[in-house]
Amino acid sequence: MAERCVKVYSRFNRLWHWSQVVSIFLLFFTGARLLGLHQLGPFGLAVVVHTVVALALLLLWAFATFWLFTTGGWRQFVPRLSGMWQVSRFYAYGVFKGEKHPYHKSFEHRHNPLQAASYFVLKSALFPAIWISGIAYLSYGFWDHLDGGSFLLQIIANFHVLAAFAIASFVVIHVYLLTIGGFRHHVRPMVTGYEQVDLTPEAEAYFRQTGRIID
Amino acid sequence: MRQTALRITALVSAVILGQLPAYAQQATPAEETPAIGAQSRPAGPTPAHMSDPVSKSTADHSKFMKLKGPFASGTQVTEACLSCHTEAGNQVMHSVHWKWEYQNEKTGQLLGKAHEMNAFCGNVASNEVRCTSCHTGYGWTDVRAEMPDDPTKVDCLVCHDKSGQYTKQDNLAGEPPLEPVATGAKTITGEPAWPVDLAEAAQSVGPPPGRDNCGNCHFYGGGGDNVKHGDLSSVLFDPPRDVDVHMSPDGGNFVCATCHVSDKHVFEGSRYETDVVDPHPDRMAGAGHDAAACQSCHSDTPHKGPNVLIAAKLNDHTDTLACQTCHIPSFARGGVATKMKWDWSTAGKLKDGKPYSEENYVQGNGEHLHTYLTIKGDFEYGEDVVPTYAWSNGEMTYTMPEEKIDPSKVVEINKIGGTPGAADSRIFPFKRLDGSQAYDKQRDVLLYNHVYGPGDGTALWQYYDWEKSLKAGMDYVGLEYSGDFGFVDTYMYWPITHMVAPKEDAVSCESCHAQDGRMANLAGIYVPGAGINLGGKIGLAIFLMAILGAFGHGLLRVISRAKGKGDHHG
Repeated sequence: MAERCVKVYSRFNRLWHWSQVVSIFLLFFTGARLLGLHQLGPFGLAVVVHTVVALALLLLWAFATFWLFTTGGWRQFVPRLSGMWQVSRFYAYGVFKGEKHPYHKSFEHRHNPLQAASYFVLKSALFPAIWISGIAYLSYGFWDHLDGGSFLLQIIANFHVLAAFAIASFVVIHVYLLTIGGFRHHVRPMVTGYEQVDLTPEAEAYFRQTGRIID
Repeated sequence: MRQTALRITALVSAVILGQLPAYAQQATPAEETPAIGAQSRPAGPTPAHMSDPVSKSTADHSKFMKLKGPFASGTQVTEACLSCHTEAGNQVMHSVHWKWEYQNEKTGQLLGKAHEMNAFCGNVASNEVRCTSCHTGYGWTDVRAEMPDDPTKVDCLVCHDKSGQYTKQDNLAGEPPLEPVATGAKTITGEPAWPVDLAEAAQSVGPPPGRDNCGNCHFYGGGGDNVKHGDLSSVLFDPPRDVDVHMSPDGGNFVCATCHVSDKHVFEGSRYETDVVDPHPDRMAGAGHDAAACQSCHSDTPHKGPNVLIAAKLNDHTDTLACQTCHIPSFARGGVATKMKWDWSTAGKLKDGKPYSEENYVQGNGEHLHTYLTIKGDFEYGEDVVPTYAWSNGEMTYTMPEEKIDPSKVVEINKIGGTPGAADSRIFPFKRLDGSQAYDKQRDVLLYNHVYGPGDGTALWQYYDWEKSLKAGMDYVGLEYSGDFGFVDTYMYWPITHMVAPKEDAVSCESCHAQDGRMANLAGIYVPGAGINLGGKIGLAIFLMAILGAFGHGLLRVISRAKGKGDHHG
């Protein structure tokens, strides 16, 4: 095993990530306007931006899901227990003692177990919660004639807002964890696509042949 | 020759029509009275020829001999009308305009001006000739009894006059001021009365009623311009576009009857049972409308663009909001104020033994309005008033005479029906008049007042004595009165449905989607922006904990690094 600088994040992968960053921040900002947390900009404009960006993000998610399943990228997000304890212990204790991060990224597992579990929850619970409630909210005009339609809308709205704050909490932790071990160091791969990972000699030979290693 | 020809014609007619006895009968007199020749017949109306301009109407009433007069009374004009329009009088006599009576089948209440009480002048009974000055008839001097079944007592002219000079005097039970007009007499709109030319009025008639025909009564309800409704004022005779987009000559140029369609002289639209939802949602496109509801023309999904997202979102609002709620941002617009408070309890005060008045309100058009009158008490006015909003299914339930009231609370003269979120209800705008009215302190019922009656020794407006006025009022209707009276605070609600603003002036999103917005305190709706919901509160707590956690964790790292054990992990 040797650590090499390999192209881990493809162009689509990076586009996907940064589009999510921009759209999720726009959704937070406009969503907070709609909720009444701030009064910046007209309410109607916030409705339009929130709706358009949400629909665009849904489209992106549809593409990304397709991409993850066709490329096998979905395996990166499968949670696993092995190494979970060591990583958890590191964040809760070792990091204060100056210990080294116990996890070594590999090409197949670029996320540590805790990270993978977090992304799994985000993608399998929080994202579906936000877009299912969002679509239900958006399509109110199609079901507002139902008995108790207005009450149902309140349930959906509460659910939507709760999911939004949960995602916002994820973003806070996500960004904070980048500061452990150097913010730039962590962000650079998502910009350039290249990251130091452990490679087997076979993999190294393969990546070298396909031009995905920088020495 | 001619007489022979006529006789032959008559005979032939009689033979031909012999099968039909009625027609035969008509033909017979011509035969029996040979003296009448074509030349001696009175000249009939001259029909228009091709060379004449084409008239919109099929009849030019100025050509009818019968309408040339002279007329000594309104009733004589009506007789002339009925000689052709034989069924019109009966149609009118079946209308609310005539009966001042409305049977609400859903609540079982018998309403109408003849029966209910209001928070303005109180009651018609015992004050008839003043109140019935706006009745669609002549001579209703006692509302305890129905108007007699007499079609000649119908006032055709008040609705159909186009001469503009027909009016009613304000104290003649519906009669117009005629020569000689009494000194000091006023019309129903408060102007000095002039002698009406009945013949000119009769020859001018035509359907449908113009806005002045309706407005001369309805804009002046409650004793003055816009006093009662708040959304019906003299501004609507010629409103700027921003006051009423439908009625403005720069807008739709509608008259009242454009929306208030009529059938057999009965008009659509009611403040007792208002159409707050489209009564005919399955109506085909292009079908005639028979309801005075916005949706009749605009449908339930009226918003189309330019931004389709906003349009769709606005259409999502129509299941909870009436059109009027957003499209009438305020009432009493255009410079004429409406009465928002009427405190009868202060009426009767005298200065140096004389009645007096105060004029401390200047309305938008510069006119000074009474803020105190010895005969009526204290008033407050409002212009550009933001309505009171309430869930409504259009059903109004009244506090009727003899109904027990709770004087420790504000008494609602009418209660707005409806259930939050129900399919038959919408949030609807109302004008709320804050009143203070006389009630019987022993029996806890509202009292009839007797305010108008010059020379009878009891009328409040002449003798300023509540004791006498209330006793006379209750005696008149034959109800028990303890003699012990007080004043109770009242609310009266008036649906706001006129003065629809152009769309660019509709209520903005932020008017409701904000803290303490217009929809504050209304149940059954979710208003984003009006306050953070439960999900938001829990979510915010989680979010703040995440931030605190990150900060705490970071702080510990900084401290530990300062101690020389910090992370240098790469």
